[in-house]
Amino acid sequence: MTTRGGRWGRGLTRRGDLGDVAAGPVLRAVGLSRVYGQGEGRVVAVDGVDLDIPSGQTLAVTGPSGCGKSTLLHLLGGLDRPDEGEVWLGGRRIDLLGERALARLRRRAVGFVHQDFHLMDELTAAENVELPALLAGDSPRTARRRAAALLDRVGLADRDRHLPSELSGGQRQRVAIARALVNEPLVVLADEPTGNLDTAATHDVLRLFADLRATGQTLVLVTHDERVAATADRVVSLRDGASAEDMPLAVGGSQLGTLLGWEE
Amino acid sequence: MQDVVLALLVKGPSHGYDLRGRLLAALGPLGETLNAGQVYVTLTRLEKAGLAVLEREDASARGPRRKVYALTGAGRERVAGWLAEPAGPRADVAEFHLKLVAAAESGMAEPLALVEARRRELRRSLAEAQHAVLAHGTDSEAGLLLEGVALRLQADLRWLEACERTWSARAPYGKGGGNG
Repeated sequence: MTTRGGRWGRGLTRRGDLGDVAAGPVLRAVGLSRVYGQGEGRVVAVDGVDLDIPSGQTLAVTGPSGCGKSTLLHLLGGLDRPDEGEVWLGGRRIDLLGERALARLRRRAVGFVHQDFHLMDELTAAENVELPALLAGDSPRTARRRAAALLDRVGLADRDRHLPSELSGGQRQRVAIARALVNEPLVVLADEPTGNLDTAATHDVLRLFADLRATGQTLVLVTHDERVAATADRVVSLRDGASAEDMPLAVGGSQLGTLLGWEE
Repeated sequence: MQDVVLALLVKGPSHGYDLRGRLLAALGPLGETLNAGQVYVTLTRLEKAGLAVLEREDASARGPRRKVYALTGAGRERVAGWLAEPAGPRADVAEFHLKLVAAAESGMAEPLALVEARRRELRRSLAEAQHAVLAHGTDSEAGLLLEGVALRLQADLRWLEACERTWSARAPYGKGGGNG
């Protein structure tokens, strides 16, 4: 049983019967394939992807539009089911779970961040963040406390009673990130999280992801933006649904000054 | 220029007029400033350096005789070295483009492999720059410069995507395009 940060005391774990994460990758795909349509309209969106994502890693999945990166993310997060292959989350195979079990697991173990935020327009920022905690069975008091702490963490403590329409795009996305974190997920999956943001808001979101990474949060980012991918620990490039390249990114290995090309 | 002209000789001996035509085809309107004499001067220098030899002089039906140059062993080695060397942080777009053209023509390197190596190089640089941007913000002078560097690297990477698309469509270069 795993509880990160020990916040949940009393022997409760947020993730129910999930296995010991330390024993292997948090998220694992084995021979994952997803095919849409039949005959002439048949499209292989994801084609035999193997992926091991260790705990605490920030992984960026890049590639041109239509390369299958969003489909892959949906498969990893249990929003879609593979035609072939396996998905393991927290040491447990999830692609064979029934709908209800899968929905329950998704709610607790996976935090989603979408390009267009997907906030509930009629709920305040705080209520948006509380909602998944309430759905997971938290008391209103606990949910409120968690939401307040997270809004503070994303720098929006003073915007808790604002409706999404009263917030900027960058602020909405930060609310969405707080919401994704409220159930202390094993993994946060973000689909083009900065796709609708300007430069300053993009930097804010990327700084927030860097903070999450520092706390050991596992994070998968789907992006077509190389600058977003550049903040990850590792970049996987998809081409036609298959992994074409898998490269680690270590920062600090080369001197920044060489980028000016003045070394000669 | 020397490297490019040498690389064009890998496919077989050739004369200045033909080499210039092939360069112009690869450069398009950007090659307009390429002066006719440059290729001939380059060939003479390559000959002096022992990288190319004057093989023969062909008589053309009209006009001057054409000096046909061939690559020497040292010249071939130089081309291989040029194709393999990393482009560096501030690589010139035209030079890398000509490298891809030369790699494909000569068969001495695979364009898509060069694209991939370049992408890894640029990604490493961008990771450094982007982390520094996030650490400094763009309000400071230093941060502003870093933002410029990061945007340039991002643009280079986007152009590489176009290179990859075009060269994989031209295949028989193996990788790319198909599922894999």
